[in-house]
Amino acid sequence: MLRLFKKILTTGIVTEKFNLRSHAEHGNETELETLGIHVKRHIDQKFSGSIAIRQIDAGSCNGCELEIHALNNPFYDIERFGIHFVASPRHADVLLVTGPVSRHMQTALLRTYEATPNPKWVVAVGDCAVCGGEFGVSYASCGAVSNVIPVDAVIPGCPPTPLALMIGLLGLMKNKPNSR
Amino acid sequence: MSSLNWMADFLSSVSAECEVVQAATTWQIDSQAWQRVAELAMKQQLRWVAGWAEHDQDQFLVNSCFEQQGRYLLLRTSIAVEHPELPSQATVYPAANRSERHSQDMFGIRFLGHPDNRRWTRHQAWIENSYPLRKDFPVQGTRVGITPPDMHYPFIKSHGAGVYEIPVGPIHAGIIEPGHFRFQAVGELILNLEERLGYVHKGIEKIAEGRNPESLARLAGRVSGDTTVGHCWAACRAMEQAAGVEIPVRATLIRGILAERERIANHIGDIGAICNDVAFVFAQMQMTRLRELWLRTNATVFGHRLLMDKIVPGGVACDVSEEFCTLIKKDIVELRTELAEIILALDLNSSLEDRLYTAGFLSEQTAAAFGTLGYVGRASGQDFDVRRDAPYPPYDQVDFKVAVETQGDIASRFWIRYKEIRVSLVLIEKFIEQLVDGALVTDWKTPPEGAEGLGIIEGWRGEIVSYIRFEADNKIARFYPRDPSQLNWPALEKLVLNNIVPDFPVCNKSLNGSYSGNDL
Repeated sequence: MLRLFKKILTTGIVTEKFNLRSHAEHGNETELETLGIHVKRHIDQKFSGSIAIRQIDAGSCNGCELEIHALNNPFYDIERFGIHFVASPRHADVLLVTGPVSRHMQTALLRTYEATPNPKWVVAVGDCAVCGGEFGVSYASCGAVSNVIPVDAVIPGCPPTPLALMIGLLGLMKNKPNSR
Repeated sequence: MSSLNWMADFLSSVSAECEVVQAATTWQIDSQAWQRVAELAMKQQLRWVAGWAEHDQDQFLVNSCFEQQGRYLLLRTSIAVEHPELPSQATVYPAANRSERHSQDMFGIRFLGHPDNRRWTRHQAWIENSYPLRKDFPVQGTRVGITPPDMHYPFIKSHGAGVYEIPVGPIHAGIIEPGHFRFQAVGELILNLEERLGYVHKGIEKIAEGRNPESLARLAGRVSGDTTVGHCWAACRAMEQAAGVEIPVRATLIRGILAERERIANHIGDIGAICNDVAFVFAQMQMTRLRELWLRTNATVFGHRLLMDKIVPGGVACDVSEEFCTLIKKDIVELRTELAEIILALDLNSSLEDRLYTAGFLSEQTAAAFGTLGYVGRASGQDFDVRRDAPYPPYDQVDFKVAVETQGDIASRFWIRYKEIRVSLVLIEKFIEQLVDGALVTDWKTPPEGAEGLGIIEGWRGEIVSYIRFEADNKIARFYPRDPSQLNWPALEKLVLNNIVPDFPVCNKSLNGSYSGNDL
């Protein structure tokens, strides 16, 4: 037990304040904390302090899921901005949908959408969800999420980095003042 | 190959029906002997590896791949499209069960005597009696409107006082892939678990047809997002074999570095997630931190956090400079120190011990019967690793240990992962040491029509088999990737028995099958 506490103490707080180091896509200009404060301000204004996200894999290869998972790691710690992931669509404000929508998931996605209370927003995450990506439309795939349910914002990338996900969520807050 | 005694015995025992096509590994046999040959293979203790079919004009070519001591044997038979019947090998090899059901759904091949011929990959995206992988089936399909749910799938039923069912999924309560699990339980005890997968079937095999090699490599890199290096490598190896392309030494070493980095990233993530599933958050936080650092180095050095599209037909699309070699080596030293500290803290934790030891037990016999692969197999005494037993460059140039345990519980699968991380770290150091100057890509040669290749590599989950056949003009006629998950998923149904329902998530995580890689 002592070792455990020692490790916690020596690790300290790694949650990033200003400098997001060595992010290949964005260089060092983007400051995670500043971005987070933006997000937080919008969440405070439009969602009374927090948004609940239900993530749905509608046919993805699991790459996007790995990066969405990373939002919860101590570096990004997305919960500090009032964004948290919930287990049921009935608790959700936002559906974060990945993958081309496989035909086998089509009804499940529609039902999840219906189960989410209004007001609700849908964010399509990853190239496949945005435009069909490498898989497109076929006998087994409906392609983009917008082919199945209305989409309010998109976050492209294969997969989008955690930072791109944060920026994308900020975009949703900025551009969608009205609920559906 | 010909020096192998068992193969000679094997050949003589079935010589009445079979003819050697290539002295190497492919045997064309009569369809009537399909099951009998499987019985003989079982007697010779061959492991069933993969099965797939192919539509070629008026016939189906059905393939079945076996392995023993790192030698692979490909059995092939042809059956007429008008009369697509074949004796089932699943009666002999339980591992072949779902694979044959997949071929049944995709081609309409009837496997006679199959112990369970319910549909598997097909839900309702295409109608009964139509078969997507037949050449006359349109890529766009025929279904219009919304695809209905697969309501009437005949799940196994159980009855009795106090027996109840728990349906879970397809959408699970977490950030994970979709699939359906049907539990039968008494109180908290799991009596039976039935998996119903296929929800993320995206038609990968069909949309691969007609692609060029670069495009196919991109698709292969998305068979399962966490195994992007593994699948891409296997597919490229198959294509390179077919085209007769030798890749430069530097490219093989970089491929090795990529694959080992992928293995480490996933194992670190899994160790944290296993602990998280028994509510031990310390480990999850530490491991996701280490994983993030590891992925950031990926982004810096290779330009992609998950290393997608870095392996291309003929070589690699990235280089490692001297400066980056230093960075990677420094990272390895740091990771090793940090892991040692954290693992020691975990090892001494009694609450973790309580939950992980003896839970989710998979016996050696069951693991062998289902052909269980990778860390799941190796935690249950299945001493097999493609890198060691059928080495391919760069692994043929290095010596390393393969960790094997016989305990077969969740703890065992946890420790195997830790041991594999340590071996992989050493491997990366060795590859960097051996890194020679040279080209990164070889010029591509258009393979002759009908050329085929079988790429077999050890992905982080275990052995990946990728089959490719070319048609004219450098185009793909058939692509079949066999993810290790296809053989590991059935083991989950067995290892959860007699565990309690609340332990299912940790049992599942300890196996961590890919849904996408299974459903294709």
